[in-house]
Amino acid sequence: MSIITNINKLFDHRIRLGIMSVLMVNEYADFKMLKELLGATDGNLASHTKALEKAEYILVEKQFIGRKPNTRYSVTKLGKLEFKKHIEALEKLINKT
Amino acid sequence: MSDKDYLKDISEIKNLMNKSSRFISLSGLSGILAGIYALIGAAIAYWLVMTYSGGTLIIFHGWVFWTSMFVLFMIAFLSALTGIILTTRKAKKNGEKIWDNSSRRLLINFLVPLAAGGLYTLIILDQGRYGQTGALMLIFYGLALINASKYSIGDIKYLGFAEVILGLFAAYYPGYGFWLWVMGFGILHIVYGTWMHFKYDVK
Repeated sequence: MSIITNINKLFDHRIRLGIMSVLMVNEYADFKMLKELLGATDGNLASHTKALEKAEYILVEKQFIGRKPNTRYSVTKLGKLEFKKHIEALEKLINKT
Repeated sequence: MSDKDYLKDISEIKNLMNKSSRFISLSGLSGILAGIYALIGAAIAYWLVMTYSGGTLIIFHGWVFWTSMFVLFMIAFLSALTGIILTTRKAKKNGEKIWDNSSRRLLINFLVPLAAGGLYTLIILDQGRYGQTGALMLIFYGLALINASKYSIGDIKYLGFAEVILGLFAAYYPGYGFWLWVMGFGILHIVYGTWMHFKYDVK
C-alpha cells in the first residue's frame, strides 16, 4: 500500500505534471513558455500554477521586463523531492503489472 | 487512473523534459572577451597589411598572409577556450551539468554548420578568392548561431540574424569585408555579451 501513498494527488493532472516536468529541467520558465509547451489556456494554466504554488512546490516571481509584466516560475526543493517520489511511485506501479 | 494512463503520463513527462530543456549557462562575459580578441586580432592584421603589404588586400601567399591566418586561428582558439572555461564556471555556479543532453545538442547544432562553413572558407581561400572570406565566415557563423539557438536561450538567435545580414552585406561589398568582419565578430560580440551579462548573469 505504500506505493499508493506516494502517488501525489496534486500531480494527478496532465497540466500540473507538465509544469513540473518543464521546471525540473529548466532553471525557470515564464508563463508564455509553459503555455506554449503545454498547450493550455491562460486561465487553466494559472489555476494549476496557483495550486502548485500553494503547496510550495513551485516559486512564482513577478517582475517587469521593460514595461511588460512577466511571471517566472521555478521549482522549489520540496517540489523537486515530491515530484521524484511521484515518478518513482509511478514507475513501481507500472513495473508491478 | 489505469496503468495505461500512468504510462502515458511518464512518456509525456519525458517528452516535455526533452523538448523544453535548454542549455542556459552560456556566459555573457565570454562573448565580450571574444569580441575583444577579434578586435585585437583585426588590429594586428590591419597593421601588418598596412605596413608590409602596402595597404592592399593580401594577394600573395607571403608571410603577411600566413601571419594573418595565424592571428585568425588564435582568435577562434582563444574565443572557444574562454567560452568553455567561463561557461563551465557558470554552469557549476548554477548547479547545472556542463555535459548533458542540452549542452551536447547545443554544441552539435552549432558546430556542424560552423565546421562546414570553416572548410568552405578554407577552400575559397585556397582558390584565391579572398574577397569573399569575411562574408562566408559571417554568414556561416550566423547560421550556426541560429541553428544552435533552438537549444539555448532565445536571444542568441538575434546575434545570428545580425551576423548573417552583415555577411550578406560583406558579400555584396567585398571591399568593406574587413570592416564588416570587425563589426560582426568584434563589436557585435561585445554588444551582445554585455547585454547577456546584464540580462542573465548579474542578478
